[in-house]
Amino acid sequence: MNNYGWGLPIQASTFAGQIDSGLWIIHAAMIGVFVLWGIFFTYLLIKYRRRDGVAVRHEEHGEMTSLIPDLLVMVFEIGLIVFYALPAWRSIKMTMPDPKDALVVEVTAEQFGWNIRYPGPDGKFGRTKPELVHFSNPLGLDRTDPAAADDIVVSNEMHLPVNAKVLIKLRSKDVVHDLFVPEFRLKQDAMPGLETPMWVEPNRIGHYEMACAQLCGFGHSLMRGDVYVESREDFDKWLKSRAALNPAPPTASSEGF
Amino acid sequence: MSSEHGHDAHELSFLRKYVFSVDHKTIGLQYLITSFVFLLVGFGLMMLMRWQLAFPGRAIPLIGPMFSPDLAPNGVMSGEFYNALGAMHGTIMIFLGVVPLGVAAFGNYIVPLQIGAPDMAFPRLNMMSYWLYLPAGTLMLLSFFLPGGAAQSGWTSYPPLSVINPGQTVWLLAMVLLITSSLLGAINFLVTTINMRAPGLSLMRLPVFVWSEMVASVILLLAFPPLEAAAVLQLMDRVAHTSFYMPKDLVILGQRYTGSGGGQPLLWQHLFWFLAHPEVYVLVLPAMGIVSEIIANNTRKPLHGYKTIVYSMLGVGVMSFLVWAHHMFISGMTPALSNFFLVTTMIISVPSVAILTCLIFSLQGGSIRYNVPMLFALAFLPLFGIGGLTGLPLGLTVTDIYLHDTYYVIGHFHFVVVTGSIIALFAGVYHWFPKWFGRKMNDRLGVIHFWGSVVSMVGIFTPMLVMGLAGASRRLYDPTAQAHNLIVQPLNVVSTYFAAALGVFQLPFIWNFFHSMFRGEKTPENPWQATTLEWACPSPPPHGNFAKTPRVYRGPYEYSTPGRATDFWPQTDPS
Repeated sequence: MNNYGWGLPIQASTFAGQIDSGLWIIHAAMIGVFVLWGIFFTYLLIKYRRRDGVAVRHEEHGEMTSLIPDLLVMVFEIGLIVFYALPAWRSIKMTMPDPKDALVVEVTAEQFGWNIRYPGPDGKFGRTKPELVHFSNPLGLDRTDPAAADDIVVSNEMHLPVNAKVLIKLRSKDVVHDLFVPEFRLKQDAMPGLETPMWVEPNRIGHYEMACAQLCGFGHSLMRGDVYVESREDFDKWLKSRAALNPAPPTASSEGF
Repeated sequence: MSSEHGHDAHELSFLRKYVFSVDHKTIGLQYLITSFVFLLVGFGLMMLMRWQLAFPGRAIPLIGPMFSPDLAPNGVMSGEFYNALGAMHGTIMIFLGVVPLGVAAFGNYIVPLQIGAPDMAFPRLNMMSYWLYLPAGTLMLLSFFLPGGAAQSGWTSYPPLSVINPGQTVWLLAMVLLITSSLLGAINFLVTTINMRAPGLSLMRLPVFVWSEMVASVILLLAFPPLEAAAVLQLMDRVAHTSFYMPKDLVILGQRYTGSGGGQPLLWQHLFWFLAHPEVYVLVLPAMGIVSEIIANNTRKPLHGYKTIVYSMLGVGVMSFLVWAHHMFISGMTPALSNFFLVTTMIISVPSVAILTCLIFSLQGGSIRYNVPMLFALAFLPLFGIGGLTGLPLGLTVTDIYLHDTYYVIGHFHFVVVTGSIIALFAGVYHWFPKWFGRKMNDRLGVIHFWGSVVSMVGIFTPMLVMGLAGASRRLYDPTAQAHNLIVQPLNVVSTYFAAALGVFQLPFIWNFFHSMFRGEKTPENPWQATTLEWACPSPPPHGNFAKTPRVYRGPYEYSTPGRATDFWPQTDPS
């Protein structure tokens, strides 16, 4: 993966550019403030060093002069909030796509891996039961539920079609995890007991990393998976090949036994 | 107020004088030495982690084989041990190192002297604070030797992980002791400052350091009880199988969790950060107070904007209770709530910027004396500035999505706490050392300590900011196990070398401290020609401090007043 470097990773989602522009603006401002301030500070340190015969200038400045830099900071911050943070936050975290127009994927985190579930042709996620959880059935999927029969469950591998909205329902089986895909600029905690929605629209075909970004135990650093963003045809092909691996639905004859 | 105390010179036994002392000065020094020892321990834990981060999977040199095979098989650190080191490094540095040093050590010794009081309002309570703090810290350290080891769920102890991980019970017990100790101290500081000021010392004549301790005490008093309650709830989840923080249907490593469930892990995060964010200001305010004292003294002119600084500190104190959830933007909390905390977070930067601006403007027109305490105090300004500035992209919801849980966060808060608070606390040690022991620390060693520490600190934490921007995640036992950390991995090596250098540069300080205690150059009563009250009594002050209760005639920073023969006009000078 040549996606990473000494600066920000490559951008692979529709909102990555929006987040990066914020990072650039803030860092440019920060460096500007620091440099100007550093020049002034150095000037003061040299100019007002102790010298024989040079008296201290005692006149009081008004208390207000120190508030001028504050005012500038405030104006900058208000601008940042009103014109950048509020609208961008609204579109990235507060507005979720309609499940009808989006691919819906369920990601369930556990110590120390990711389970990715696609609803299958019926578009519905089937029932899960905690008592059915087994190493061969990490989600405890109840295959007797008709909606569950066609669900596709994959470990540590998420395939997504390019240029399509994806709604991810994030869950956790045990402790707090965090789904982080650096190239998407996507990060969200997986909170046990809650189903946290998040969305992304990948816009670049490629192979990315899904890492856990919240301390989740001794194997935390091993908790990672791969994200493959593919063309729609490749994605459909992959999904079909995966569906073929599902156990055959129970037939009438086997039930009669 | 109690001039009879000044002559109270009956002999005390060694135990009552140096161990179970009720004298605020002895307790202050006990806190000072203990918290420096904890800082050193916390640093040692960090060096082990830094080795693993720079050279993952390689045996720890020299001491590696000394660890039990559970912790470090063949000298190579295990994931559990790494997590325990991480949790304990944070806990020790914050709760056992910097806060006791800034609030309890300096506060105990300096606040009663600066307000002209013979002691703290409740000397026995004061002794109890220390004697709760020391066992709490000892218990915390001993947990490394218990079966299962020390807590390993981060200093933030997020459930459900903290409820199922080993070591956490002792951590919680130690925290309960520690919080009780802090609460007693906070009450004591407030009562002392409000009731025991010398005649004439109105609130607006208090030195900035006293103000900073007062605001820090109010924060501790109001923020710690919720954490104490939260810690007891977590303790119940662990030992009594309640489910305050445990949701239902958990399946942990293939086993169903047997508790009843129905709890909410987010509740802990709210309660924890409701303390832990104000706690940041408890770390920073005394540092700002110390820096203000030293800057006024060494520019030989009044602080620029004394009132602005005081009101800003009060503003920071109030606002610090309204920003906690900016640590939780991506926690799964309702996203709309983040907007509120975004706005409050930007608001709290306003008084902080005002304080820094006043301190810089204070240099203008002065006659700067570059002694060792002043070097540290001046270094605080730009370096703490970096800490503050790097908080901006983390406090902003949108950019935090990417930077959260990366090395950027670690870089940011270490610039705040290490090159901010700890640098200022060093300044305080050099500044008040003559007060404590009647002797001065060696200047040459002080300058070596200063440049060595500042360069090393910047060398440790700047690479972390770069790594964070490249996306490198924090809290990873083996950063090379994830592809997105690989390219910036050499920076981990750089950080580790600078961390080792930082350790080496503390040796002159340690030697200087103990050597100067007994052999340092003797100093007069007021060696820095300062104006505040602590310099109006002998050094070290006798039991009861002032021979006669001082009377205060003016504000704290009357330096270079026109028409006077000397360039300082002590608060107690009636002329």
